[in-house]
Amino acid sequence: MNRTTPPPIKDAVEFEIKLRPYEKYTLDNGIPVYVMKSDEQDTLQLELVFPAGSWYESEVLEAAATNFLMKTGTSGSTAKQINENVDYYGAYLNRNAYHENATYTLHCLSKHLEVLLPTLQEVIQDPIFPEEELHIYQQNMKQKLAVNLQKCDFVANRFIDKYLFGDFHPYGRVSTMMAYDALQTEGLQAFYKKHYTYNNCKIFVAGHLPENTITLLNKYFGSVLWNDASHLIKLDLPIQPAEEKKFRVFNDENGVQGAVRVARHFPNRYHPDFPKMLVLNTILGGYFGSRLMSNIREDKGYTYGIYSQLYNFRQTSAINIQTEAGRDVCEATIEEIYKELKQLQDEPVPQEELDLVKNYMIGSMLGDLDGAFQVIQRWKNLILNDLDESYFNNNVQTIKNITVEELQQLAKQYFTPGDFYELVVI
Amino acid sequence: MIHFNKFTLANGLRVIVHEDHTTPMAVVNVLYDVGARDESPEKTGFAHLFEHLMFGGSVNIPVYDEPLQMAGGENNAYTTSDLTNYYIQLPAENIETGFWLESDRMLSLAFTEKSLDVQRKVVSEEFKEHYINKPYGDIWHKMRNLAYSTHPYRWMTIGKELSHIEEAKLEDVKAFFFKHYRPVNAILSVAGKVTVEQVKALAEKWFGDIQSGDKYNRQLPVEPPQTEAHKMEVKSNVPLDALYKCYHMYSRTDPRYYAADLISDILGGGASSRLHQVLVKEKQLFSNIECYHFGSLDAGLLTIEGKLVKGVKMKDAENAIQEEIEKLQQEIISERELQKVKNRVESMLAFEDMSLLSRANNLAFYELLGDASLMNREFENYEKVTVEDIHREANLLFDEKNSNTIYYYAAN
Repeated sequence: MNRTTPPPIKDAVEFEIKLRPYEKYTLDNGIPVYVMKSDEQDTLQLELVFPAGSWYESEVLEAAATNFLMKTGTSGSTAKQINENVDYYGAYLNRNAYHENATYTLHCLSKHLEVLLPTLQEVIQDPIFPEEELHIYQQNMKQKLAVNLQKCDFVANRFIDKYLFGDFHPYGRVSTMMAYDALQTEGLQAFYKKHYTYNNCKIFVAGHLPENTITLLNKYFGSVLWNDASHLIKLDLPIQPAEEKKFRVFNDENGVQGAVRVARHFPNRYHPDFPKMLVLNTILGGYFGSRLMSNIREDKGYTYGIYSQLYNFRQTSAINIQTEAGRDVCEATIEEIYKELKQLQDEPVPQEELDLVKNYMIGSMLGDLDGAFQVIQRWKNLILNDLDESYFNNNVQTIKNITVEELQQLAKQYFTPGDFYELVVI
Repeated sequence: MIHFNKFTLANGLRVIVHEDHTTPMAVVNVLYDVGARDESPEKTGFAHLFEHLMFGGSVNIPVYDEPLQMAGGENNAYTTSDLTNYYIQLPAENIETGFWLESDRMLSLAFTEKSLDVQRKVVSEEFKEHYINKPYGDIWHKMRNLAYSTHPYRWMTIGKELSHIEEAKLEDVKAFFFKHYRPVNAILSVAGKVTVEQVKALAEKWFGDIQSGDKYNRQLPVEPPQTEAHKMEVKSNVPLDALYKCYHMYSRTDPRYYAADLISDILGGGASSRLHQVLVKEKQLFSNIECYHFGSLDAGLLTIEGKLVKGVKMKDAENAIQEEIEKLQQEIISERELQKVKNRVESMLAFEDMSLLSRANNLAFYELLGDASLMNREFENYEKVTVEDIHREANLLFDEKNSNTIYYYAAN
């Protein structure tokens, strides 16, 4: 048998990538419910999304604290009772606050949905923000922050976003001990009342849904105009990038590694260059075989891993190259990063490499779209950004059709070393 | 219920097939029955370093990753104290690429100095990133040393010290490969849009002619029962005092394992667990506290760890943990509380089974335990545990003589 010749493959770009359509329902009070059914498993995921992210804060950390503390006490139940009830049914009730949105997500066995919904309803519609819970939150979050501030990667992430967007912009603002201390229950209560309202709520459900799911959702979330309607206005905020471009920070004199960041601004997802950059970013540092990984890890051995990423922020994006490298090779790492950027400007990507990346991207997309939870996630990202499947399809077509000339053009436009911020935190 | 078929090739390679025609994908998972516990004390970290070298090209295929990426696939691997596992996920149409790649590196590696040289450095950086340059990063190095006198669990998978990795030689690498990476010591698990017939043919074609190798007979030094409490104080440049307590528990195949696992959930699983509720919320002695274990195959450690709220004295924090332990030892827990942790297990297993990759991983893991079908009986094992079992095991496990405690103090 000839083991040197690879078996024939179907080019992944030939695979048809389609986003399975959702079903949409509207509750009696107008809340939209997006549904992705699959009956292969006995599990489901129910997510409520509100425009309640850090964008809307008047005080730093208000959004995250509100989101966290809603689950720590309602008129009818203590935090202990809420947790007890969720845990008893083996469910997970997670919450998160991001830049734009904040979410509550229930994962449970489908058979337990009905008995869990009253708890979810209480948390969303009737939280009371107990003083004692705020105090515990402040204390524990400050301790967690103190530990994180010793980590060079955590510190580097804060600094690089600050350089890109400025201290005052929601994308560049960071948590501080003082900001935790300044939190007050009145402020959280007011933030809650304004942002967690029925008219701002969207619901995404996926998995094996009991027959009466929509009836149940109507009963608990659709029959009342809970919290008064509020009309939020969201304007772009000016970013204030740092004027200096190069930074070296000493966080721990004894550190044996440095966190390296090399980053620049990039237009948001609505710009035609965005989907193209997804491909170029993959070539540069978006997968294990990337230029950065092949050179800086697999050839030089400077690091355990190096990646570049494209931020998915709404107003404006950025490209960020990041790694933790040995203390004495941080500067050499930065030099190699610039070499790779320059090479993408100077020479077209070999066709074979581009074909490989296309196949890799389409293949992993096929895997990423496997299962109802994953598909609703894609839809959610489109819907929350006021996009539809044509955007998704266009991205797929861009991956399949982009040429080496277009990529080089893109690199010439965006990979000029002088446009990048660079940072090492030791 | 996870359906599967099982067969063994003439060379001893065990093969498991799980058909799932609802997905366009396939997973090819190869588990080797070797982990850090099989290393010699002078050459620790070797199993994991070796895992890195498995990506440095094989005898007929100079580069592993590229042909896989060309076929739309992704891969990764992990090493634990017990085993080494490699997995590929790719579009099912291209599954033969997975067989080609995995069989060639089971046949033999390229064994280049360059690959060894680079991966020594990469693993050194991994060591620094996770265990040196992180606050509290050295805790498991210290705890394993404190808790084990004899068994190889006394070192971490990454290795006891950087020098062991830096001194690894190509001849060690070759010897390790031919001792452990043979069909007779491996389990191949294939899942997704495949058929049993197809996998049989492909397994025969690609793996059938690989030399069987000698079955590795594991004879590890046995850890004697601990007869007195071990304690250690550490002062380090961290912001908060922390407390770590470990108790020797049972091996993965011991019937008492399930009660011990449920005990860790009663104490530390979820926001309603006892330690979180009492010590973080009510008494506010800790800013976070956890109870867990690694599910290791030989007897592992049931661990309680937490960071103290600033100003709290170590002794008070430790006494408060002890009080919770004594409650478990003295009072029989309610049927409802036991049902809660069982429900959590049921749910966790259901969510795990959603992922094709996790099903393929688990089938190979349970086959290593003795039989892949154990996977489908796992929940029954938990269901059988009674409140009396919990009471009895809490008394055996949390014996002071069985405890290992590290007081981790913030310097200054």
